Amino acid sequence: MSHNNGNSTSLRLKTGLAEMLKGGVIMDVTNAEQAVIAERAGAVAVMALERVPAQIRAEGGVARMASPKKIREIMAAVSIPVMAKCRIGHFAEAQILQELGVDYIDESEVLTPADEAHHVDKHAFKVPFVCGARNLGEALRRIAEGACMIRTKGEAGTGDVVHAVKHIRQIVQEMRILTVLGEEELYAKAKEHGAPYELIRMVAKEGKLPVPNFSAGGIATPADASLVMQLGAEAVFVGSGIFMKDSTTFADPQEAEKRAKAIVQAATHYQDPKVLLEVSEDLIGAMKGLAVAGIDEAHMLQTRGW
Amino acid sequence: MTIGVLALQGDFDAHRKRLEELGAEVVLVRKPEQLEAIDGLVIPGGESSTILKLLGEEGFEKLKEFVRAKPTFGTCAGAILLANEVENPKQVGLGVLDVRIRRNAYGRQLESSIREGKLNSAPIEMVFIRAPKFERIGPGVEVIATEGKDPVAVRQGRVMAATFHPELSTDTRVHQAFLDLVSATF
Repeated sequence: MSHNNGNSTSLRLKTGLAEMLKGGVIMDVTNAEQAVIAERAGAVAVMALERVPAQIRAEGGVARMASPKKIREIMAAVSIPVMAKCRIGHFAEAQILQELGVDYIDESEVLTPADEAHHVDKHAFKVPFVCGARNLGEALRRIAEGACMIRTKGEAGTGDVVHAVKHIRQIVQEMRILTVLGEEELYAKAKEHGAPYELIRMVAKEGKLPVPNFSAGGIATPADASLVMQLGAEAVFVGSGIFMKDSTTFADPQEAEKRAKAIVQAATHYQDPKVLLEVSEDLIGAMKGLAVAGIDEAHMLQTRGW
Repeated sequence: MTIGVLALQGDFDAHRKRLEELGAEVVLVRKPEQLEAIDGLVIPGGESSTILKLLGEEGFEKLKEFVRAKPTFGTCAGAILLANEVENPKQVGLGVLDVRIRRNAYGRQLESSIREGKLNSAPIEMVFIRAPKFERIGPGVEVIATEGKDPVAVRQGRVMAATFHPELSTDTRVHQAFLDLVSATF
């Protein structure tokens, strides 16, 4: 494997695509038909999956990279960027996805981890990676490994936004603290966050992550999208919330499209309650969902990742 | 002089920063009525299909009027929106720039690149991200930048467009050229 990311050119191209996705909605899809609906609704990108997180949660079993054939069908169906997930640490799945030509890889806790200690060395790839994080330290460890976009983990597949909120608040607050500390205090912070000192210093200086910071994990309504964006997220991922009625049944495609459109509007006009009211008005109930407070830690997806 | 940056979706913040660096007063435009208060508009990179949907019918019509009356500069997705013919797939445009443009003409993200091109014959860095290509340039359209043999930035009257992202480089010449265009028509 060559180190494509060692130079700043590669890094700039990778974060460059993330810049283009800002203010947008990235939607999980499991087939070409859903991808077309997502694109028609105004998605900036789609995430090609075998099963959405709610299904993975309900059905159990080992969740792996989607079949290349399915991803290829989705790539052929739409003109917007296509992302796909690989398991944490599964660099061979990532190599296959790069070979396939996907536009972004999500090294995701939603799939069953393949390595209990190491994440993928993302510098070794030409394709950009997004990774989940619950706090600043985790975000910076992923960036050190070469991630070019961070998203909150939230608790995927629940339709409950509570942990997406918790994680974005945590990251934003930890960054804010760094900006008021003295230079000499940053060394201890690097240790506390378990993150490289250079990246801690960069955040202290800029007050923000060196890569775009998006939100994911339980976003199910236009109001949810607005909430995480008002808290500092620059774009949103919506997983099970669009195409699922509950954990095992798909929503009516027309309803899904309507909800998708409403969330797209909400991501742009997140500061405008008038628009938010308008787009929320004639939506029927969002996915039934699963309250995160009722899930014991062993069944949480967000604890995967190191 | 107030410059609007269309902020429906995309890298509008990178444009805002660059224009402010150059001394312009910038407003982020999310509503059609905001177009009335600006002297020039930048349409950023992003997903052109998404931006079209976010414009809606009213926004599209208002923007169509605006780009015919005031200076406008589009990069990447913005260039696609300004064109009068869009391919791969076919898509409606504002029709103010007499060019045919092909979306994702270089390929997917793995084909994104940073290259050196020429702006009015001087070398300049160009960042191409899932970039489009001008396939036909109408007679009234002036080519202001090239990369290899390809035209990558053009001007027709008060409208400028680039298939690359000057907002992602540190070089300020392209944005300055647009501000000069706005000043000249102000």
